[in-house]
Amino acid sequence: MNRRNNKKNKKGYTEADKKGEKLSDENIREKDLYYLNSIYQISDFLIFGYPDISSSPINALYTLDELLNRDKQREKDGFPKRIKIGKIVKPVKGKDGSVIVVPTTTEPKFYHDNTVKRDEKDLGESGGTGEEQEGEVIGHQPVEPKSGEGEDQGAGQGDGGEHELTSEAFDLGKMLHEKFQLPNLKVKGSKKAFSKFRYELTDKNVGFGQILDKKDTIKKIVETNIQLDNIDPSKDINPEDLITSPNLNVYKILSREKEFEAQAVVFFMRDYSGSMYGVPSEAVCSQQLLIYSWLMYQYKNRVETRFILHDTEAKEVSDFYTYYKSSVAGGTNISKAFTLAEKIITDQNLARDYNIYILYGTDGDDWDRTGKDTIECVKRLTEIVNRIGCTVVRNSYAASTMTTFERYIIGSGLIRIRSDKIRLDSFPSTLFNENRLVEGIRKLLSE
Amino acid sequence: MEECKMRSKDAGLIFDDESIEYIITNKDMIELSPKNMIPTLYDYWVNDVEVLKGKGLYKAYPTNPYETVINSRPAVSFYNDNNPDWLNIMIFYHVLAHIDFFQSNRFFKHTWNDDFVGQALADKRLIASYRIEHGRWVDYVIEFARAIDNITSYFSLIKDEVKDNMSDKLRYYFEVFLQSEKGVSHAEVFNEVERYNKLKEKSKDVAERIFFAGIKNKYPELTTMFSAWQRKQLKKTKSDVLEYIRDNSSFLMKQENLWMKDILTIIRNSANYFAPQIRTKIINEGWASYWHDRLFRSDNRIKGHEIAYAEVNAKVTSLNRVGINPYAIGMRLVDYVHELNEKGKTSYDFQILLSAEERNKYNMSTGLGDNALFKLRKNFSDFSLINTFVDQDFVDKHNLFVAGKRMRKDINMIEYYVKSRKAGDYKKMIIDSLYHPPLIEVKREKTTSDLLYLDHKFEGKQLVFEYISDVMIGLEFLWGGEVKLETTEIYPAASTSAEMQFDYRRVVYSMLNKRLKRIEL
Repeated sequence: MNRRNNKKNKKGYTEADKKGEKLSDENIREKDLYYLNSIYQISDFLIFGYPDISSSPINALYTLDELLNRDKQREKDGFPKRIKIGKIVKPVKGKDGSVIVVPTTTEPKFYHDNTVKRDEKDLGESGGTGEEQEGEVIGHQPVEPKSGEGEDQGAGQGDGGEHELTSEAFDLGKMLHEKFQLPNLKVKGSKKAFSKFRYELTDKNVGFGQILDKKDTIKKIVETNIQLDNIDPSKDINPEDLITSPNLNVYKILSREKEFEAQAVVFFMRDYSGSMYGVPSEAVCSQQLLIYSWLMYQYKNRVETRFILHDTEAKEVSDFYTYYKSSVAGGTNISKAFTLAEKIITDQNLARDYNIYILYGTDGDDWDRTGKDTIECVKRLTEIVNRIGCTVVRNSYAASTMTTFERYIIGSGLIRIRSDKIRLDSFPSTLFNENRLVEGIRKLLSE
Repeated sequence: MEECKMRSKDAGLIFDDESIEYIITNKDMIELSPKNMIPTLYDYWVNDVEVLKGKGLYKAYPTNPYETVINSRPAVSFYNDNNPDWLNIMIFYHVLAHIDFFQSNRFFKHTWNDDFVGQALADKRLIASYRIEHGRWVDYVIEFARAIDNITSYFSLIKDEVKDNMSDKLRYYFEVFLQSEKGVSHAEVFNEVERYNKLKEKSKDVAERIFFAGIKNKYPELTTMFSAWQRKQLKKTKSDVLEYIRDNSSFLMKQENLWMKDILTIIRNSANYFAPQIRTKIINEGWASYWHDRLFRSDNRIKGHEIAYAEVNAKVTSLNRVGINPYAIGMRLVDYVHELNEKGKTSYDFQILLSAEERNKYNMSTGLGDNALFKLRKNFSDFSLINTFVDQDFVDKHNLFVAGKRMRKDINMIEYYVKSRKAGDYKKMIIDSLYHPPLIEVKREKTTSDLLYLDHKFEGKQLVFEYISDVMIGLEFLWGGEVKLETTEIYPAASTSAEMQFDYRRVVYSMLNKRLKRIEL
């Protein structure tokens, strides 16, 4: 069997192709035409030292930047853009979960539309197997996007503990920065950042390592002896008869994990009361995640996260997954959230060590119509944080009027006086799309 | 590997002796899969987006196939470098069965004479050379051609391959000339057929020539009439939209645009090459799974790996609690066909039995199971496999049902329930989910050099609206003029009953200067 050389010829193709693009714009150089119309084949070009345009079996791939540039060019040529920023979410609670940013595209074709249904509650059918009778319920599934699918909108939901969202968020941040020409942040009072390493005994290795994994080693020995015909299934196994070798030992081995020390803390805060269900939640979380990604890029990955949810009470939750998924039917008291954030910041003395960002998302509803407590708390917070960014996604039924939250926060004059510290962005939920979200980021974070 | 080939051939599988195997990494798999694993397929930016997406997906779900085979000459198969050796033996059986399928199933007949990998390389080089000359416009032409590469009338391509091996002239003589033109009696037609059959028994190769020589004096006009009929038939054959545009667009006929025709041809040929694969997914995977299980379990190299194999095999071929696994359904159907024939259950005697107990016990031990399997492999596609063999016995045997999915607003959950256990419903559910592109043809009487008129034959489903505009922008470019699409749309109608009623409206979309208009007929 051959092991194929899988090194991509990065240079070969893209260069040639870029050249192609360039040439077409320069109306093709004579020399190239000579080759094209001469007796020589493309494959002969190599002999001339000409860029090999068909060398590797998998030609070099376009990078994301190149693909986005191509998309920009499409608009100039009068064709619709085709690339969207998508996301893949691994919806597992725990430390290893992640949100992954990918470009997505669809190829337009004439397809049959399978969505027309005679009953709107009917969500389709599929095959199944089991003992139940007709009409019996097999199970329930929470209403949420399917796992493993690239979705179109923004950055979307994620999960995981402290290691969540990291490297991909950085990529997304970089992309946002470039695609939407966002401004750079001026980082104030930053503390010296350095990376440190941690050693974990989680990886396994056959042959050598630090700690012998007895169970796996025995399995390996038994497996080998079966293959060597050294085990008679009809008799008990006598360990002394087993053939073994040091090569069969399975070890746990030390592996080095890189850790970053954080420079910034981002508080994700949102209203999770009943009225937030659906688009407002999706919009708020998507925008907050985009901001977070952009901060990750600005702070070169050194960002920590805290998550606060509130209805009439506020609580801190441990991971983004819970933060994103939670929903209750309760009422709304915004001040509780800001109070809790303030308490965490002062109790843990975060202001000394970190740049602090508070991202707050709401549909604008508040049972406290005067917003007295909220305004007081926000005032105090503006003294210690870098920026408070409030996103108001107005529900469709209140799209054109100012919401309670907007009314009192603007009325307090804070937005005007402390525009270096607090910003407000509001839009109706019907306008929710990637461009609108990014526009919001510019509003919330620009200097 | 050679031993696997020997054992497979002994079992009756047919494949070329030459094959190429590559061990590749997960990364290779991700990079190749958008090109359908054809390493030499032309480059196209959509594939690159897919690769980037695949890499992202891999980070979240680090899984990849164990193998992939491509239908080339010689057949090429790729193995994941994480596979242990024993697993590769089992996988090789799976691969050999796929190769057997590619090289024996009639739906692939048009791919038998060429090596697609070599052809694709030539195409790729041609496209690369056009890129030097025309830059990004090459990619636009690829895009616009690909927008209609799912309606390339693949079936008309293999239609002639599936009919019996009677020549056109004989068919014309028996079916048209004698009956319609001359109006002779049935008895006389039968006599003629009989005369031909006798000749064929005696001298197989020259029978036709002797046969027609014998009637030359009786019907001297036959040859001329046959030629006329042939010309008429040729006009009747429908070309698909892609081919029609390539051959008739005045824009493409301009000297400076001629290169675009090559690209349209490449896209069309590639699409037709892949067309049978998507129509034989269930039967092909079922076939390969059936044989890897049968051959690997009888191979002594399974020793020591029985449990690991059972686990791998179960992961691949177990029936989903909810969902359709083509490997699982396919393998069980292949096995079912084997059992039916082995027990003689395809016979008339069995069909007329009514008692469930008798049907259950019926076993004529015919020994014809394998024989039937090879016929199945030669002649069936997903549709015919499902349509013919999914019956109540099969559904009951594997406890299958149609799983319904409905929204429960009160608990904010999606609810799954057993919707039906009837074979008819189950069959319909699978058939509805099979690949079936819309039937769209050029309406020639309404088409001019400035207007391309497309007609969508409505089969109960409307077209996905959001793509109509984008596809038609591309077609306008390729045609160099206005494009119209006549189609049917479904609207909810006022109704008193609980079940929704629909209105069907015939509409025409027109695309001119990149602007879409819609008119109701």
